[in-house]
Amino acid sequence: MIAQEIIKSLKAAIWFMFLTFPIMVIKVNTVYKTIEWRWMNMVFIGVGVFVGSFVWRWLLERKDKPSAKKESISTRTQAYLAENPISKRALQGALLVALLFFPMFMDAYQINIFTVALMYIVLGLGLNIVVGLAGLLDLGYVAFYAVGAYTYALLNTTFGMSFWIVLPIGGALAAIFGILLGFPVLRLRGDYLAIVTLGFGEIIRLVLENWNDFSHGPSGIAGIDKPNFFGLELNLNQMTDGVYYMMVVFTIITIFFVGRLQNSRIGRAWLALREDEIACQAMGIGRTRTKLMAFALGATWAGLMGVVFAAKTSFINPASFTFLESAIILSIVVLGGMGSIPGVILGALIMILLPEYMRTFSEYRMLVFGGAMVVMMVFRPQGLVSNFRRKYSFHGVDERLGG
Amino acid sequence: MDYFLELFLGGLTRGSIYALIALGYTMVYGIVQLINFAHGEIYMIGAFTALIVASVLTIFGLNSAAILVIATAAAIVYSSAYGYTVEKIAYKPLRNAPRLSPLISAIGMSIFLQNYVLLAQTSDFLPFPRLIPEFAFMEPVSHIFSSAELVIVVTTMVVMVLLTVFIKFTNIGKAMRATAQDKTMALLIGIDVDRVISVTFIIGSSLAALGGVLIANHIGQINFYIGFIAGIKAFTAAVLGGIGSIPGAVLGALILGWTESFATGYVSSDYEDVFAFALLVLILIFRPAGLLGKSETKKV
Repeated sequence: MIAQEIIKSLKAAIWFMFLTFPIMVIKVNTVYKTIEWRWMNMVFIGVGVFVGSFVWRWLLERKDKPSAKKESISTRTQAYLAENPISKRALQGALLVALLFFPMFMDAYQINIFTVALMYIVLGLGLNIVVGLAGLLDLGYVAFYAVGAYTYALLNTTFGMSFWIVLPIGGALAAIFGILLGFPVLRLRGDYLAIVTLGFGEIIRLVLENWNDFSHGPSGIAGIDKPNFFGLELNLNQMTDGVYYMMVVFTIITIFFVGRLQNSRIGRAWLALREDEIACQAMGIGRTRTKLMAFALGATWAGLMGVVFAAKTSFINPASFTFLESAIILSIVVLGGMGSIPGVILGALIMILLPEYMRTFSEYRMLVFGGAMVVMMVFRPQGLVSNFRRKYSFHGVDERLGG
Repeated sequence: MDYFLELFLGGLTRGSIYALIALGYTMVYGIVQLINFAHGEIYMIGAFTALIVASVLTIFGLNSAAILVIATAAAIVYSSAYGYTVEKIAYKPLRNAPRLSPLISAIGMSIFLQNYVLLAQTSDFLPFPRLIPEFAFMEPVSHIFSSAELVIVVTTMVVMVLLTVFIKFTNIGKAMRATAQDKTMALLIGIDVDRVISVTFIIGSSLAALGGVLIANHIGQINFYIGFIAGIKAFTAAVLGGIGSIPGAVLGALILGWTESFATGYVSSDYEDVFAFALLVLILIFRPAGLLGKSETKKV
């Protein structure tokens, strides 16, 4: 038994040593015509895979086993919180207080990182409407983010329009783009939709990159005004705090909005549409209208965040809006658990903060990131926080009514 | 007229390369309904393996014909091995998971492989040795159609014919078609579906490796990022022709190649990729199932 397991791991180790041989071991310098043989790498791979293979199989086995406790910790926590509104409020209050006092103990660098994390929470929640609730795979979400950012950048640098005026314009424009794109493509099946949205995202980026007269091309737009807070004169640190608090407010509004949306008529229509389109249409839910709504609403959040992004960094260029960005936002949604608000928040924190604090191994950051996405999907495809669906149950006649 | 011909042949070359990569997408999609995002990286790894092997052999002083053969063979072997392994690690455990999970896993795999090559090798562009010789008989037309381009087009055509024969007449080819039609039914009549899927990945990856070697030889340089854009283009081609359909992938790839070639030649080279995606969006709007794809009406 044990011998078998060891042989399996040995086989895996040898296979991977073979697999990684040319790329990990050989390094050719084509100019000086020298070969560097890095045999140590092969040893590392061999040992690493040998050990890793045990872990891998153990995890797979554990996943397949029907476990005694069916519900995960996250589900139980959520169920508990749903039943005890007081502890839920207390938890929310504590989080809010922590968020509000956070800047007092941290330097500008940390605050900046958290501001970015909050932005990604909002982006994640926006995409969550499209992907998590409506089940439409959008791989070009970053396009709407770019629309918002460029709206502010251009309106601000050419007409001097202020942040607060452009904010709704950016959101609305992104929503219009969402509808324009959504109208023709929403008839498509899931995977086609994915690739068309991906294409759309690339088109927006390439147009921004090449249309020099309009968007200043790859060099981007600099000198965008920071947001104006009630006409106050703020220095750099205060501005960082200001943007941070603005994002806190933004995040709370978004969470509230998306939470309400989820259990609204349209939210339930999305869920129904995601589960079964045909049954849904038979129930009288307009397919195109409902899907367009999801697309437009999701795009709106991206547009708003785009405006904030442009204002926060005061410099934008097309390089900020690559496919990788879309992939990161999508992974936030999927990693956290599709359709779950706490999940998306957790996902955003992990995806943004971890790489940020892992800067010391910054070289390996993306490698770990990609690997983690795979491992996550293989062992916990429902995400960190599985979606807790509100259940409606009949408790007999309500005692309070005295029945 | 010369200019037109040059663009036409350039588009044909491009289209042939896209076709080689697109076939991998379309075959995998036909069988497991998965957009194998890591496919572009498999192609990149093929090109890198060929580059490394070719450089080592050049230093050892082999003659160029032997280098060409060995490097191409190594690229095919390694790409297939990677394709096979990627499937076993990232997709097989997710066979029955929701549709989005394998897709995310594929995106993760793609990011992982890119960075793996980046870290183990380099982020710079590496010069790719010209392995394909200039043929003497191509001399009169070499200003519009080089020998390397001829090799690309001919190789692609031969491979297409071989693949068609393989899918149509061999047992495993028939099993592949059966699995693509109905996986459960295929299992019931005794087809080893896991094996069929592995074979599909291996064939797709070998074709991508071949495409990688040919294009790297044609363009003359590679880096770790070439797989991404090529992958997206090839996928576009596959969707254009109707994903899951093998002749569709070839047709889509050729149309894409020509569109890009003519659009850059006559309109503007800045918007090369925009034309490709715009074409895709247009086709999907008017023919949602692609050019040769069958539109399925779902029955309840």
